[in-house]
Amino acid sequence: MAALDLARLINAAADTIAVHAEELTALDQAIGDGDHGLNMKRGFEAVRAEAGAFSAKPLPEALKAIGTKLVMTVGGASGPLFGTLFLALGKEISAEPDRASLTAAFGKAIEAVAARGKSQVGQKTMLDVLQPVHDALAGGKTAAETAEIADAAAEATVPMKALRGRASFLGERSIGHMDAGARSTALLVRSVGEAIEADA
Amino acid sequence: MSNVGIVIVSHSPLVAEGTADMVRQMVGDEVPLAWCGGNGHGGLGTSVEAIMAAIDKAWSEAGVAILVDLGGAETNSEMAVEMIGEPRAQKIIVCNAPIVEGAVMAATEASGGASLREVVATAHELSPS
Repeated sequence: MAALDLARLINAAADTIAVHAEELTALDQAIGDGDHGLNMKRGFEAVRAEAGAFSAKPLPEALKAIGTKLVMTVGGASGPLFGTLFLALGKEISAEPDRASLTAAFGKAIEAVAARGKSQVGQKTMLDVLQPVHDALAGGKTAAETAEIADAAAEATVPMKALRGRASFLGERSIGHMDAGARSTALLVRSVGEAIEADA
Repeated sequence: MSNVGIVIVSHSPLVAEGTADMVRQMVGDEVPLAWCGGNGHGGLGTSVEAIMAAIDKAWSEAGVAILVDLGGAETNSEMAVEMIGEPRAQKIIVCNAPIVEGAVMAATEASGGASLREVVATAHELSPS
């Protein structure tokens, strides 16, 4: 794997969240508290504002700093959840990961998110996208294939009944709507994957 | 002060402050007390930074019990405890209890000099398991 241009990845992630903020908020309004788009945009713009400083750090330190920034700026429950994803990834990853070590670190990071949210796959959350993405990485899929898998996984949360978060209060009525966190996770996977591929 | 401290974390600053008023009415200044609410940007929500500051404000060597409202308040509180880190983290517990009743009952228990374990157990009695 070529050295990552982290600032480029940060900009790609912040761009996609900004472009889709209204869509994410609309998804969250349907079955949540309606702040997901705005919260994620605030967090990723805060990360973008320090992209230069983050990308000057070794990869593990950079990821931990990004996670801390998201925890402190997102504001909703997504802050600790997305923040934990990056914090744990930073703790587990090596400074110059190959695909195998990245995949292993990503698996540990998913476990940390599951623990933070007291959740598991199948409960209509971001985990329902993260796990198939991990499996795609492990299976040697390309960035484009992985993005397709992530989109399909987000789409697959539509018929699920929410068992965690505010959407779970709606019970059966959460069925028929896509989970906002699953959608934002798929957006991030696509944008980061495309940016990595463009670097390679 | 050696009594257990109480922190109230709501998505709404009005709920958090109102709950703190009710606690003060019961226990006066005998219990270290702090509250926070809102996302820090004028909206409903909770902020890890604000929760960490509230824990500092209500800090007691006997420990701190945190009362929360909805899920995000719990997740953000657990994140705040983790970021505060050891050795203090082991003396901070996020209670599984209704926020208003839990805060009042926990503070009343704390005002009598009860341990953190006893304070948290009193709050937990309010929740059907």
